[in-house]
Amino acid sequence: MLTKRIIPCLDIKNGRTVKGVRFEDIRDAGDPVELAALYAKQGADELVFLDITATNEKRKTLRELVREVARHIDIPFTVGGGISAIEDVEVLLQNGADKVSVNSSALQRPELITELANRFGSQCVTVAVDTKHTPEGWKVFSKAGTVDTGLYALDWAKEVVERGAGEILLTSMSNDGTKGGFALDITGEISKTVAVPVIASGGAGTMQHFLDVFEAGADAALAASIFHFQEVPLPELKQFLKQNHIDVRC
Amino acid sequence: MKTVIVDYKAGNVQSVLFALERLGVNATVTCDAEEIKSADKVIFPGVGEASSAMRALKAHNLDKLLPTLTQPFLGVCLGMQLLCQHSEEGDTEMLGIIPVPVKRFKIDLKVPHMGWNNLHHLKGDLFAGIQEDEYAYFVHSFYAPVTEFTIAQSSYPEPFSAALQYKNFYAVQFHTEKSGAPGAHILQNFLNL
Repeated sequence: MLTKRIIPCLDIKNGRTVKGVRFEDIRDAGDPVELAALYAKQGADELVFLDITATNEKRKTLRELVREVARHIDIPFTVGGGISAIEDVEVLLQNGADKVSVNSSALQRPELITELANRFGSQCVTVAVDTKHTPEGWKVFSKAGTVDTGLYALDWAKEVVERGAGEILLTSMSNDGTKGGFALDITGEISKTVAVPVIASGGAGTMQHFLDVFEAGADAALAASIFHFQEVPLPELKQFLKQNHIDVRC
Repeated sequence: MKTVIVDYKAGNVQSVLFALERLGVNATVTCDAEEIKSADKVIFPGVGEASSAMRALKAHNLDKLLPTLTQPFLGVCLGMQLLCQHSEEGDTEMLGIIPVPVKRFKIDLKVPHMGWNNLHHLKGDLFAGIQEDEYAYFVHSFYAPVTEFTIAQSSYPEPFSAALQYKNFYAVQFHTEKSGAPGAHILQNFLNL
């Protein structure tokens, strides 16, 4: 059986992990490779590295990071953050990334999705969709959630798949950081509508939240701080899901 | 022992190199015919689309060379499918080394088949020491059906070939270089052939 994936997300700035990390058994919590290796050992199914570096050196630091991750980590990983051209993706894949995640660049120029899919295959192309619940329904937001694009999340999800996305990373900005659970309705709706895997993101606080979102139809679930702060240990989460009849690798 | 990774500018070579490095093996990345012919082990990775990969192989004259090789050979992911007869992806004639077709997953399934899935019905030296139902990481939209050349199966939900063997040509649909400890074990088994 194809199993449901649990994906820790690491925010990266200038090659270092940012946001708090509370692991006692890590020498240097800022080293993303060390943290990634620990997650891999604990049973993470994939990793996402989200680069928030905003310098001219970005391309170089990211390339070096991807190379170090690929050298040490024997599970797949996705890199996202500021990717807007074929050349960006080429460098990341050549250095060992398995997938890239595009967000605002796909909103600005949706043709990019097709160009990347044709060049590298759909399986490399994850489109990140940031959505917020509004009085009109679930809308797509850009610029870190500040700009309403006018698009509905379901419509945009369908469009990115038609254009060649191999996966959707759906973040509910209404749930993100609340630890109150994933956005089950929109995650389930998109997951049942599109023919590619959907990663649920935003709102994870407890093991039950993961169970809920998998039962709602998500193919994978992503979280950051609850893993970094060891509030939900990965091995326990996997056991909990298995006991509740979700197919997971453990 | 000389291990080469076939480079035709369409494979994800670096991950395989690193996986070998973790096993203490330094491999040569090349598309040079003499280098490939003289190797003890040949690894053939692949990511992307079938017809463009075949075009790249032809551009490097590898379509004629690869079928003549006699040493242990390992195709990975698209590198497995390229060894087959014909792919529904782009209606492409493949290398035709293993007489098996490559088909698209049924339309009602989520495609790509992406994630960790069990390996079962394991056969032969490539899977020595690997437990039945061990997990491996897959990312693919096309598959080879189960035939007499199947040496491992996986199911989505129908069984398909997770690995093939024909003479010295071994091939895995999953990414052995990204499949954790079991993946490394399978790669080591190949190097031990």
